Amino acid sequence: MSTKLVPTPAQTVGPFYGYALPYDKDNELLAPGSPGAIRLQGTVYDGSGQAIPDAILEIWQPDSEGRIVQKTGSLVRDGYTFTGWGRGAVGNSGVYTFTTVNPGPTKPGAAAFIAVAIFARGLTNRLFTRIYLPEDTGALANDPLLSSLDPERRKTLIARRDADGGLTFDIRLQGEGETVFLDFQ
Amino acid sequence: MPEDINAELETDELVPSAEPHAAHLPLDKAIETQADLSAEINALGDAYVRALKDGAPAETQPRLDYPPYRSSILRHPTKSLHHTDPETIELYSPAFGHQDVHALESDLTIQHNGEPQGERIIVAGRVLDGNGRPVAGQLVEIWQANASGRYIHKRDQHPAPIDPNFTGIGRCITGPDGSYRFTTIKPGAYPWKNHLNAWRPAHIHFSLFGTEFTQRIITQMYFPGDQLFPLDPIYQTIVDQDARDRLVANYDHNLTEPEWALGYNWDIVLTGPKRTWTENEAFGTAGDSSEEAGE
Repeated sequence: MSTKLVPTPAQTVGPFYGYALPYDKDNELLAPGSPGAIRLQGTVYDGSGQAIPDAILEIWQPDSEGRIVQKTGSLVRDGYTFTGWGRGAVGNSGVYTFTTVNPGPTKPGAAAFIAVAIFARGLTNRLFTRIYLPEDTGALANDPLLSSLDPERRKTLIARRDADGGLTFDIRLQGEGETVFLDFQ
Repeated sequence: MPEDINAELETDELVPSAEPHAAHLPLDKAIETQADLSAEINALGDAYVRALKDGAPAETQPRLDYPPYRSSILRHPTKSLHHTDPETIELYSPAFGHQDVHALESDLTIQHNGEPQGERIIVAGRVLDGNGRPVAGQLVEIWQANASGRYIHKRDQHPAPIDPNFTGIGRCITGPDGSYRFTTIKPGAYPWKNHLNAWRPAHIHFSLFGTEFTQRIITQMYFPGDQLFPLDPIYQTIVDQDARDRLVANYDHNLTEPEWALGYNWDIVLTGPKRTWTENEAFGTAGDSSEEAGE
């Protein structure tokens, strides 16, 4: 194994990414209205319960069959290729939206989830979390991460199923109902 | 919304709401001085140095909870990050390639009809993982202020000129050796409203991906010798001097091109990969790929 290097530190994304990070169809992993397309939405809240207007999220997920896709074209979408990755800035009301598919389980019996990275002004480093689908309660009960959390915290990682078939997942950076954020190191 | 409240907080129309006050801050925050902030910054720095001497581990990343950066007060998690082993999708990274990024996007000085104002520079280096392995064929995005310290952003009202020939965004795909290279303009310092007379040291924002989602990072590159370093609550969110130094590029005369541009070298190290590498993956990809990852 080669030498271990010390990682470069992060810094906040700041307030001025708006003309740099967003791009056309950044939050459309597939075209709205396509077969299987769902809306994933939520609000990002600060510690005073205020929706924050300047967060930007990235999602990374397997396709509906649970396959991890390694295809290019997330920045310049061809309209047909599901790349599994998207980026969405919240609007003025703090709401983010993605058009995507329900991720499939990557292994038989595994709980399906979407990986998330959150960036914001005032956030000195990105936060990682997971959005679990709510339906497969057996898989959720056996999930290594979820079963390591107490019930109050566990529920912050499980999305709500909307009447239109979409998912709602709010993110609370701080305070009551604070979302579980992950450390992989 | 915070933006409306900021308007009420403004005491000087000429000072921009570049980094608006969070809505919760009392009105008298507007008169906090650099001396007030420097006292807080120095106290936290001194406490860290003492802890190091007492055997505490060195910190390598910014603190999420760093009160001198006022915007962090209501935006940092209060519970510890929950340690977990990355699984499946987290052990892979999205794939980017030449479909995504045009070769000309790495030159920020040719995106308009004319030449931008300011000092033309080359910023180049390598993206490595924590094992020293090059991160090949991966996306690098940058954004920055122009030479006057002005961003092209509706919320930047710094009364410095917009440069019609400079947008300040660039992208590239790393080479097989993890290398990246941008041609751009040296950004100016800019004022913000964390406290009275707050100025950010000149910097370029960098967004980086590794071979795994766990390695995703956004950071800022700084220029050597900036006198604003000790005064800046954002740079000082990293309390360890060695760690802070890792964000400062080196002037590199070998990168400098005669009668054209000064060169700065900056290598970026991501965290160590968690996935067990196969031999094929170790070679990396330098272009478009259409393979699906096997499990």
